[in-house]
This record gives sequence, structure tokens and C-alpha cells, in this order.
Amino acid sequence: MVGMTAPQVAPMETPDIEEVPAEDRPWVTIVWNDPVNLMSYVTWVFQKLFGYSKDRAEALMLDVHHKGRAIVSSGARERMEHDASRLHAYGLWATVDKQ
Amino acid sequence: MSMFRRHADTCVARFAADEVSVLRQVATEVIGLLTDGFDRGDPVVERLFPDVYGDDPAQAADFRRYTEGDLKTAKIDQAGAILAALPSTGGAVVRLDPEAAEAWLRALNDVRLALGIRLDVKDDTDLLEELDDAVMRDPTSARVRQLTMYQYLGVLQESLLDAIIARGG
Repeated sequence: MVGMTAPQVAPMETPDIEEVPAEDRPWVTIVWNDPVNLMSYVTWVFQKLFGYSKDRAEALMLDVHHKGRAIVSSGARERMEHDASRLHAYGLWATVDKQ
Repeated sequence: MSMFRRHADTCVARFAADEVSVLRQVATEVIGLLTDGFDRGDPVVERLFPDVYGDDPAQAADFRRYTEGDLKTAKIDQAGAILAALPSTGGAVVRLDPEAAEAWLRALNDVRLALGIRLDVKDDTDLLEELDDAVMRDPTSARVRQLTMYQYLGVLQESLLDAIIARGG
């Protein structure tokens, strides 16, 4: 991802926000880093699609940016497929996997 | 270079004739890729329609069968929103209601993804450096033009996002 107006954010440790217990939520939606999408846009999409706070959405975006991928939602398989589809409509690179 | 601004509920930008022509061109190209030119083997199509199950081609194909049509229609519609708001030639003031603004935002993202893949943009690509190199080699080359367009569309998309997020007033 790229930032247009602000200088690139320095790498930093972000808290691990994969806080969902694995046993009852086996499926996850993963967003992968790509070199085109704007950092601000990705943050906005996370807020818009998942209702996340700005802080949470930004932390997820930075996870994607620095670690190459992040889990953005988890739950039933059909819901994850739905989430991935919506992310594709916004041009994010999303896949579904088992946690 | 034109930027979007927020006025009450609308996002407004004034485009010069050459900007209108670039926007029409890139939106038309994306619509072409999604209609007659649709080719699953094209890396741009691969990126716009990612496999949802990366390591299971059979499951991914199954999922695609059910979702690809809708996704394609949505992407054609959002690129169409760009064309719908622009005159066929000449400059224009564009006023986008919230729905049209979001369609433009997603469409600008699609055209940047398409251009980014054609230009082989990577995470560590320094666009200005690329542009300098390309200009040194041949200032009239297609690559110079595409890099300039890519840069422009990024700034435009960021300004539209800022305008969408801004409170009306």
C-alpha cells in the first residue's frame, strides 16, 4: 500500500488484534498487502465494511502493510465468503481460510 | 491538477479538458477489460477478481461461478459512473452525490490497480524515480504517459476520499 500525502509510516509494533477464540470461529477473511491501494483507502474500507473504529481499522491496515496480511474478520464460512466478496468489490485482495 | 472538495453533501471537482479525456480513457479501458476483453488469464483480471481460496483452485472456481457475475456488474457500473458524470469532450465541473462519489472512489481504485499491474508497480517502487528514468529514456513514451496518469489518479483518489470523509458544510 502507499500513502499519498503523508510520508511513509515508520515500521512499528502493532498489537496483535486477532483476539477471536479459534474453537468457535474456524473461518477467517484475510486481506493481503498490495503495492497500489492507498493506506487511507484501505483504512476507510475496513471502517465502512466492518464498522471498525478508525484506530482499529488503521491498526489492521498497518498489519497488512507491514506483515503482508491480516485477518480482518472471522466467523461462519458463508459470512467470510460474503466479506471477501465485498472486499473484492472495493478492490482489496481478500481470501478465505481456516484459522 | 484537479482535486475534489466537499460542498455540503456533494464532492466537487473542476476538470480540465485533458483530465476529462484521461478519466474517460481509463474508465473505458476498464469497462473493455470487464466486457468484450474479459480474459481470466490477464493479470489485471486476476487482481480485480482474486481467488477467494488461494490454495484450492476447485473451491475457488466454484465460488467464482456464483459471485463473478455480480462483481463484474458492480465494477462495470462504477466505471460507468465516471463516464456518466463527464462530458464527451472539454472541461467540466463534476458534482457527485454520496452514492456517485463512492462509485467513483471504487472505480478510481480499479483503474489504478489495472495501471499499477501494467506498469509493474511494486511495494518498493519509487514513482518519481521511475518517471525520471522513463523521461530520460524517451519523454514521449507510453510509459511516461502511463506513469503520469497513475500518479495523477492516486492524488485524485486521495482527494476524493478526503472529500467523502470530510464533514459537509
